[in-house]
Amino acid sequence: MFVLVEMVDTVRIPPWNFQRQLNEAIAEELNKKLANKVVYNVGLCICLYDITKLDDSYIFPGDGASHTIVHFRYVVFHPFLDEILLGKIKYCSQEGVHVTMGFFDDILIPPESLQQPAKFDEAEQVWLWEYETDEGAHDLYMDQGEDIRFRVTDEIFVDTSPTGPATADLPAQPPTVPPPAEEIVEKKEAPYTLIGTICDPGLGLLSWWNS
Amino acid sequence: MEVKNANAAMLSNYEVFKLLTDLKEQRKDSGKSKNSTGQQNLNTIMYETLKYLSKTPCSRQNPEIVKEFLTTMMPHKLTKAEKLQLLNHRPQTAVEIQLMVEESEERLSEEQIEELIHTVAAVLPGDPEQENAAPADAEMGEAVEQS
Repeated sequence: MFVLVEMVDTVRIPPWNFQRQLNEAIAEELNKKLANKVVYNVGLCICLYDITKLDDSYIFPGDGASHTIVHFRYVVFHPFLDEILLGKIKYCSQEGVHVTMGFFDDILIPPESLQQPAKFDEAEQVWLWEYETDEGAHDLYMDQGEDIRFRVTDEIFVDTSPTGPATADLPAQPPTVPPPAEEIVEKKEAPYTLIGTICDPGLGLLSWWNS
Repeated sequence: MEVKNANAAMLSNYEVFKLLTDLKEQRKDSGKSKNSTGQQNLNTIMYETLKYLSKTPCSRQNPEIVKEFLTTMMPHKLTKAEKLQLLNHRPQTAVEIQLMVEESEERLSEEQIEELIHTVAAVLPGDPEQENAAPADAEMGEAVEQS
């Protein structure tokens, strides 16, 4: 579910933080920049794990801040394919079942990956599994807030960084510029989406398999 | 920014839980006023992730338990990813094991699955809520553990 990612970045420490321990100030800057953000093709950043190497710091003309190249490791949420995860149903829609893990929301289980036969109840806006037994079919509803176990089948990264005149596809943002916050507001598209399935025995609502 | 290695290592839920709990303590001690400006993102993700992880079996694990678990798993010849999932989920039924272990039908016999469930339950501490008979007591137990 979580992985360690090795990264290198140039960190700018403003002069008013010079009285602090360098690695402390750097840790804070890195967390300020990365925590709770999605890095393209890497995953959702959680927090700094450790700093492995600090290069010499430089001061450039016209800027009182110090610039340090930092090698560090970051904790990132990036489940591997076929990993089993536990979440809660956020809501159901025509597109499928939307699942949340609290810290990560963009999980979709498309209709074809639900336990079959599945049906969408238009009136209640909820998916249900028409589970067949000897005594006839049971409708198992997938209500909001229920715990659900699913398997990760795919991941979709969308580059939501602002596109310039030329479509530079690498997210090579200058390290001194933090990713703009309005980016998230402007675009609704999620930068990182997980596609799940519950079409296997043992997957789906936990209550289905308890008894 | 440059990503050197997007998958340097896999972390178990327990490791992340421990890291975040320590970080939270550390930040509490160092005082909020001066250092926490612009750290809302960190605070949000820390709170949400801890909230999620504290409900999983990892909140009751410690380094010794994890080590013991890995040693007892050696004869089962499971892959790293499979062991990680067993550790994170603490499966209690055969159907869960079959989900987490690839091609479990061919690789594991029914006895082996039973044995696996047994070891997992014995080595990894379970949820007090499920182990207490009375539901009222269970809620108390959980509340005490969280505080």
